[in-house]
Amino acid sequence: MAIPKPRNNSGADATAQRRIQRIEMCDIVKRFPGVLANDRVCFDVKAGEVHALLGENGAGKSTLMRQLFGLYKPDEGEILIDGQRVEFNSPADAIRAGIGMIHQHFMLVPTLTVTQNVALGLKSSREPLTDLDVVAKRVRQLSEEYGLKVDPDAYIWQLSVGEQQRVEILKALYRNASMIILDEPTAVLTPQEVKDLFATLRRMVQEGHGLVFISHKLYEVLAISDRVTVLRDGRVIGTRETKDVTRDELARMMVGREVKRLRAQPQQAGEPLLQIRALRAMGDRGTEALRGIDLEVRSGEIVGIAGVSGNGQRELAECLGGLRKATAGTILVAGKDLTHASVQQRLQAGLAYIPEERMRDGAIKEFSVLENMFLLDHASPKYTHGIFLDFRRMREHAAALVKEYTVKTPSLETPIKNLSGGNIQKTIMARELSREPRVLVAAQPSRGIDIGATEYIHQRLLEQRASGQAILLISEDLDEVQALSDRIAVMYEGRIVGIVGRGQATAEQLGLMMAGVPMEEAMGAAPTAPTAEQPIEVSSVV
Amino acid sequence: MPSTAAGAAVRPGGRRLIDWQDVAVKIALPVSAMLLALLIGAVLLLLLKVNPLEAYAAMVRGVFGSTFGFTQSLVKATPLLLVGLGICIAFRARVINIGGEGQIIAGALMTTWFTLQFRDWPGWLLTPVTLLLGFLAGAFWGFIPGVLKARLQVNEILSTVMMNAIALQFMNFLLRGPLMDPEGVRLGTYLPQSEQLPQQVWLGRLVPQTLLHTGLILAVVLAVAVYIFLWRTTIGYRIRAVGYNPDAARYAGINVPFYQAMSLTLAGGFAGLAGAVEVIGVQHRLLEGITSGYGFSGIVTALFGGLHPLGTIPASWLFGSLLVGADMMQRAVQVPSALVDTLLGLIVLFVVSTNMLSRRWSRWRAARRVQSKSAEAPALAPALSASSTQEVN
Repeated sequence: MAIPKPRNNSGADATAQRRIQRIEMCDIVKRFPGVLANDRVCFDVKAGEVHALLGENGAGKSTLMRQLFGLYKPDEGEILIDGQRVEFNSPADAIRAGIGMIHQHFMLVPTLTVTQNVALGLKSSREPLTDLDVVAKRVRQLSEEYGLKVDPDAYIWQLSVGEQQRVEILKALYRNASMIILDEPTAVLTPQEVKDLFATLRRMVQEGHGLVFISHKLYEVLAISDRVTVLRDGRVIGTRETKDVTRDELARMMVGREVKRLRAQPQQAGEPLLQIRALRAMGDRGTEALRGIDLEVRSGEIVGIAGVSGNGQRELAECLGGLRKATAGTILVAGKDLTHASVQQRLQAGLAYIPEERMRDGAIKEFSVLENMFLLDHASPKYTHGIFLDFRRMREHAAALVKEYTVKTPSLETPIKNLSGGNIQKTIMARELSREPRVLVAAQPSRGIDIGATEYIHQRLLEQRASGQAILLISEDLDEVQALSDRIAVMYEGRIVGIVGRGQATAEQLGLMMAGVPMEEAMGAAPTAPTAEQPIEVSSVV
Repeated sequence: MPSTAAGAAVRPGGRRLIDWQDVAVKIALPVSAMLLALLIGAVLLLLLKVNPLEAYAAMVRGVFGSTFGFTQSLVKATPLLLVGLGICIAFRARVINIGGEGQIIAGALMTTWFTLQFRDWPGWLLTPVTLLLGFLAGAFWGFIPGVLKARLQVNEILSTVMMNAIALQFMNFLLRGPLMDPEGVRLGTYLPQSEQLPQQVWLGRLVPQTLLHTGLILAVVLAVAVYIFLWRTTIGYRIRAVGYNPDAARYAGINVPFYQAMSLTLAGGFAGLAGAVEVIGVQHRLLEGITSGYGFSGIVTALFGGLHPLGTIPASWLFGSLLVGADMMQRAVQVPSALVDTLLGLIVLFVVSTNMLSRRWSRWRAARRVQSKSAEAPALAPALSASSTQEVN
């Protein structure tokens, strides 16, 4: 099925290399001090297939693929490309061999355009001048060919996460990668974006690319892959043809025990704690991002905001957190007007905010876990003598939080950047929730985080709800929104196009609303067959 | 690297207070860089037909050959340390203070003027007041660009450099006018320098027959104070937060421009203090060239000290010794002063370059430590690329 197309020369490495037909990794062993990350793992991927690599966080999926991409060197075992043994000393070697990797955290320069990012690090065809017009042309061509809609002249900082991912894929395609590794690519996407991504992936497979799809989401693996290999504790549990396995079987293989689903139980909501009226604000691109938001969140209630990324959710969260100016409207927290309040006043009024960009806004990566725990409360009289920090009490408090929130860290003094995403998020959650806020704004709380930490975070949110907090959950993960929310508000182009109660709308109907179809029309649409049993799975393991 | 040092010191219940391997590497790196620079310097000396061994011997002799030479290295270390402390504060807040020269002048001017105005005050009162005023004058000279940055987003590199020029020309004017030594006028020398300050304001000598004065003790005490300020107080916490990640600081409700302006003001204060100390400790009068370039070399000193107040102490002595040693070399083997400057430049260049290697080492160690302690492989690659774009300075 894979007929190698003549490669276009305007691309990166004009040495139009041969398409890789098959990559084999044999008996790979990778040790980190004290940990056996990969234990004689065998894995292979062929041109024209999607091979899913399924497993919990820490199972060794990313480690395995980082060795294929030249980021780590295997301690034992070998990597064969079309039967030839290869050794990669750096990602540059892997890229030259035709391997691409789309990381969970994008490697893009925000202040450059899409074209500039694609061209970055490549030789221009007109040295010493740039050949950005040539690159832009090729980018346009590739994006048409693979259905990767993105404006080559847009700056990265203007793009949504989904669009940024497309740029990463374009980068890999531009570099003539024939085998592409996608590390949890859907973790950051909306259902629509996932659908688009899958369409792109299918087209790539048709073109003869081989894809490795790293994931812990079962239904996605079932939907996109041809084969699936399950990893657990660094070992291969098994490799199956996707058409021959069931969801439950995969789940069992992945976690090694039976799996249960978790969702919010109905609960009586109390008085409104967060009231947003006719809120308007500008976006980064200078256009109006919020065009009159009306929303109310009551005590003991989780209101989920669903929407395709870039429809104002981020701006809404930032307005609430005090990081963006509201141009009109009001924000009331427990009846107090906080529309133009300072961050300090918001904190005092009982508002907590878990920011979407946890490494940019939520944590200081050079600071220790301890210091990050006190980002907000370092000046509280509880932890200071005058202007002096009381490290003894800070340490006690932080140690208790680390324990309570099961943050995995070598010590309190470890710089937080050395922790995994899940543990960083737990640290932020611990900091915010320990302040016992009345209103919690949680933006993308589980984005890019493993199953275990996600489960923990969801449980926490439900506990906070039970204790009478008002929670605004902004998430691009529709499953998450559906599983946790008492009501779901759908945002489209800076407005709320509809609010539906728990279970009143199917994922399909919500999807229509997210695409801008008015609520009445969307709700009137006959639900298509299987959507009633859309897998609503927050985190599965108990 | 400074934060790990702080972490180690702060950890009472930890396993090891001092990580010797870490310390060894961090000392070995700059030392070998210095040797490398001296090697290149040797080539230059050979080209001038000077025996490099003889030249370097003179350099060492300059510092260690006599009590005077040794104390002189400490005399020069004092203003370097004071300026460096301010630089530590400013750079920690990611504010680049190039205005050390102007701030030194502001402090020196204020001290001179005030002392001459109130020359009848007793020393126990006059000295501390004049030091404080020197600090405040320098702080004011840092405050102006600080406010311009906070209010109008004026680039502080630009404004501090401009403030240097203003201060310098203002001082030159005063030394040729109102502040000129009446004695010089009477004798007709017209030297651009002020009258000698009354003796009771002079800082005490630590070693007789030398210029070493109590300002050194003040500087070292302040270094410890700045360390405590940056790592143990809420204000220091905020300054560091602002420097590392202004977005997160804003999220936490920290007034980012305020703390940037504050750190620039403090940096100016320390440079102003250096000016005051130089006037009442060494020169006992204000004269042209009072700054000796300390405003610039203090930046290098602080960088060499890892932007850590305690690291800046040995760094300032090292640079002080280099200045003294180079001076001696120039006189002993008759090389042009340009060569001495070149040599100093080489050393600075090499030594500061090792900062990068040292950072890499710390990162590598941190990664190893995490790998050995948690069951998860760290996300090294994204961390590397993300951090390289946001490194402080």
